Amino acid sequence: MDTELVLELPNDIRTIGHAVDYVMERCTACSEHAQKLDLNFRVGLTEALSNAMLYGNAEDPAKRVRVEVVVAGSEITARITDEGSGFDPDEVPDPTTPANVVKTGGRGIFLMRSLLDEVTFNEQGNSVTLVLRLESGDSPDDVSDGARA
Amino acid sequence: MGFQVIKENGVTVVAVEGQLIVGNRQELKQKVLEELENGERKFVVDFDQTGYIDSSGLGVLVSLSKKIREQGGELRLANLNEDLRTLFELTKLDTLFKIADSRSEALQGL
Repeated sequence: MDTELVLELPNDIRTIGHAVDYVMERCTACSEHAQKLDLNFRVGLTEALSNAMLYGNAEDPAKRVRVEVVVAGSEITARITDEGSGFDPDEVPDPTTPANVVKTGGRGIFLMRSLLDEVTFNEQGNSVTLVLRLESGDSPDDVSDGARA
Repeated sequence: MGFQVIKENGVTVVAVEGQLIVGNRQELKQKVLEELENGERKFVVDFDQTGYIDSSGLGVLVSLSKKIREQGGELRLANLNEDLRTLFELTKLDTLFKIADSRSEALQGL
């Protein structure tokens, strides 16, 4: 059965952990893939929410973040949309270079792209769609393969 | 969920319970910096009870490690499970930190 979940979150980073827990609890149909969800989807969703609140909405408490989650068969999709003006995700530098690995920030989009099967931004850059395929034959260890791709 | 700070053989050990993410990273930072200001120089962050870490959590560890080193100290990590090790390997932060399999191993020689 397909599951659809829509959340409207206040722009408060303290809500992120609870929101991610709530989504994970609702995704009971995916319990057999709990390990992959626990790392890949949980971290990916946390990164997307964090980016939306800190950078997209620029920490503005008056703004909100919309989360839409669909579980369709073996695929879980989450779209996270903020009320900011967007950004160019291709301008984010590689955080694993020797010069960047010592920096305190800049790993969020890299982690999303490493841990999920698809990460796409809308043209404006204020909405990101995350896709994780649960029955692709991948084990959780396959995340490292994704990182090399 | 939270951070337990104890002293063990002259080392400040911080156990991360639950998760280390954008919403609670400042709490960890504040606790460690308070200990650093009080003269502590040897630190172990123990992830035995940690579910997951996000990029903000990784970032605060990088920041704390730098501040501790600037004061002549050292920060080590312990008890990363397979998932958490994956995050450190993906981001190449495993090259930046001394990562021990257990708290006792982290404490050795510190």
